[in-house]
Amino acid sequence: MNVRDDRVETTPHLMLYGSAVTSRLLMGTAGYPSPAILSTAVAAAGVEVITVSLRRETAGDHRGARFFDFLNGLGVRLLPNTAGCRTAREAITTAQMARELFATDWIKLEVIGNDDTLQPDVFGLVEAADVLCRDGFKVFPYTTEDLSVAERLQRAGCSVIMPWGAPIGTGRGLMHRRALESLRGYFPDVVLVVDAGLGAPSHACEAMEIGFDAVLLNTAIAQAGDPAAMAAAFGEAVRAGRRAFDAGLMPPRDMAVPSTPVAGTPFFELDPKP
Amino acid sequence: MSQTVIVNGRPIATTSINLAALLEDQGYGAARVATALNGVFVPAQQRATTAINAGDTVEIVSARQGG
Repeated sequence: MNVRDDRVETTPHLMLYGSAVTSRLLMGTAGYPSPAILSTAVAAAGVEVITVSLRRETAGDHRGARFFDFLNGLGVRLLPNTAGCRTAREAITTAQMARELFATDWIKLEVIGNDDTLQPDVFGLVEAADVLCRDGFKVFPYTTEDLSVAERLQRAGCSVIMPWGAPIGTGRGLMHRRALESLRGYFPDVVLVVDAGLGAPSHACEAMEIGFDAVLLNTAIAQAGDPAAMAAAFGEAVRAGRRAFDAGLMPPRDMAVPSTPVAGTPFFELDPKP
Repeated sequence: MSQTVIVNGRPIATTSINLAALLEDQGYGAARVATALNGVFVPAQQRATTAINAGDTVEIVSARQGG
């Protein structure tokens, strides 16, 4: 008997709105020392999906064009985000601009509710998800571990849900592991991705061990001393965690159980002396 | 006649009467950008028929790194 939930599918591929992806590590692209190091990190981890954003473009600056050229060279799938949006309306407009700009209906939906914690405004998130799903978007909502909110997002049309591990950029790992486990148990058929807050490969491995389908992170790799090596480490951790989940982890116990057989133990007294 | 609109958060004076002309006037040329007028997305093919008026706010964005 092990703790794996048999209802959770264990396909070798991650299915994101009908698209098969081999790597279960999704990576952000911000804050790297250089584009070359970002490129090396993407290759080192074998990442197939990266997140990108939209920002104001100055005429004649060509920053957008240069970044598009760079992205074309990576050969990976793009997941645009609505980072920085504080209302459903801002997020919807940003998603529409992203769809035209990046030629994809995938959108990582972020509606931020608090400047200090960068926690999602779950009310605006559900409102925006509802509008965008009806408009044909494939929505990847960045949310909390709240089960009722996840249910609303699923009802809106999201088949991928991305609860945070911890606040963006904190590197704290899975702050609410039990709630994340509840989500996994409650939504066996929804693709669940831990998005944000992971600081170490062990955090990513833990998320995969409890049955999450993938992890998405940025800062822990971008700000590492050697981002490419850290990307590779996260890639290995994700694979190890998934493999462990598929293999079926033993259930935790409160009391010790000897692993070496007791039968035949020397000096073992069948009838202890009084 | 010149009118003032807000482009990417900055007031500018322009004689352009539609969004496509404004982008051309401001030097964006054939840049790969997306646009919004007063918070509403304007698809590229509708820029030439989207009038701009004094006080309008225009967002012109392109691709950047993101998490």
